Amino acid sequence: MKNIISKKVQDMQPSGIRAFFDLVLGMKDVISLGVGEPDFVTPWNVREAGIYSLEQGFTSYTSNKGLYKLRLGISRYLKSRHGLDYCPDEEILITVGVSEGIDLVFRSIIEPGDKILIPSPGYVSYGPVSELAGGISVYIDTKNDGFKLTPKALEKNIDKKTKALILNYPSNPTGVSYTKKELSEINKVLLKHKILCITDEVYGDLTYDFEHTPFTTLSGAKNNTVYLDGFSKSYAMTGWRVGFACGPKEIIAAMTKIHQYTIMCVAITSQMAAAEALVSGRRAVDEMKREYKRRRELVIDGLNKLGLVCAKPQGAFYAFPCIKNTGMKALEFAEKLLKEEKVAVVPGTAFGREYDDYIRISYASSFENLKDSLSRIERFSKRRVK
Amino acid sequence: MDEILEILEKDARATVEDIAKMLKKKPEAIRQAIKKYEKEGAILKYKAVINRELIKDADAEVRALIEVNITPQKDLGFDKIAERIYSFPEVSSCYLISGTYDLLLVVEGKDLHTVARFVAEKLAPSEHVRGTATHFLLKKYKEDGVILKHREENKRIAISY
Repeated sequence: MKNIISKKVQDMQPSGIRAFFDLVLGMKDVISLGVGEPDFVTPWNVREAGIYSLEQGFTSYTSNKGLYKLRLGISRYLKSRHGLDYCPDEEILITVGVSEGIDLVFRSIIEPGDKILIPSPGYVSYGPVSELAGGISVYIDTKNDGFKLTPKALEKNIDKKTKALILNYPSNPTGVSYTKKELSEINKVLLKHKILCITDEVYGDLTYDFEHTPFTTLSGAKNNTVYLDGFSKSYAMTGWRVGFACGPKEIIAAMTKIHQYTIMCVAITSQMAAAEALVSGRRAVDEMKREYKRRRELVIDGLNKLGLVCAKPQGAFYAFPCIKNTGMKALEFAEKLLKEEKVAVVPGTAFGREYDDYIRISYASSFENLKDSLSRIERFSKRRVK
Repeated sequence: MDEILEILEKDARATVEDIAKMLKKKPEAIRQAIKKYEKEGAILKYKAVINRELIKDADAEVRALIEVNITPQKDLGFDKIAERIYSFPEVSSCYLISGTYDLLLVVEGKDLHTVARFVAEKLAPSEHVRGTATHFLLKKYKEDGVILKHREENKRIAISY
């Protein structure tokens, strides 16, 4: 049977921590800080809009690009919030979450052997998906730079075959984000070397210490950027699977070509709900954001006090503490913590092999849960921290 | 609104230490601020939200919404007469509202009879009260932003990227 599977897929690295995940899923009464999605349910106004659309009989396909109403809503929102001009007809595509956007943009731009720069640690799909499209992933380790891509490190990794950089901020798994100034420096390097910037800004609305700057608002960046965003994290809509891609019309047209053959269109119910989210969801987003911010303070403070040092995340809902002084490696730490204290976290190795000294903790969990798990982690690591 | 109040309004049991952590401030500063709010009367009291339907030995309780039409008094408007009315312990809430009547009361009593007697003997005969309409509550679904049913369990899968 093995021969029937393409070499490309055979070569894809399966997640090394699958067994650990299965272990978590098989256990009861676990407090999970391993979840990459909000603990809120989608705001009721938005859910209700989805239900209403079904009642009204909206059960058909939509245009490939997505409902015009939704594209227009996104265009207007980007204009009013960030002063951006994206034409709903040619420069916006509705995708099945940001995940599909990533796949589409890689498949649209990569010639075999093109290199894609990926700051590391990073979200799990960038490497495998770019390789599936024939690209070569070039991981740039950011561990020694506070998990931020520096212009220097970026420039050092660029060569003739470099096609694009994918930049995710605020970052999953570290929560680290970039100020406008830091982004401008990166932008200059990209423009100088004519490297496309693909940004995954799905956590953008969840930025706590400064205003989130969409990369495409930077000087000269708009024609050189594919901006990916979605409703999953900010509006607590992960299961609806709605994202969008904004970019130069040639690239959006190319992405739309693939999308129309592979996906056709995003589920209409989800698109209807997303359109409503833009209209009435902001209040809920701001409320959730304030809540995450408070939890962040608790978690970061708590972890640092336990000697599990972590850089302060500026966004998303993740902390990425170093567990070196427990004397354990990531997977061992996660397994023992799960077995001894029933708290689930994700080993850092899920986000890059070399992050064996880190774990990802998601604070998208109730304050009580977080407090409880911090004291469990304290009990656990007190037995070990040297 | 100050975030301290927002936090306490959601969870009156949030401790000074927790709030200090959440807002990254010194516990002493939070304690001072809360004291000040209490002194000013911005924070009036702390209480639990109880779902009486789940309390087996809870005294039976009847609640009614009562619309009251009153004749305002010269110079005092509605305030004085409202005060006379809301001072009755049976009145748990009292609002002055616009529209076809003036005061909206929430009245509680141990049974229908008690509430009816309150209306007949205390409320309706009051000077300045021109008329009342009583609506008995049948079921409480949501109160002050709290939905009165068991907490729903989390539907997320335990691990995701």
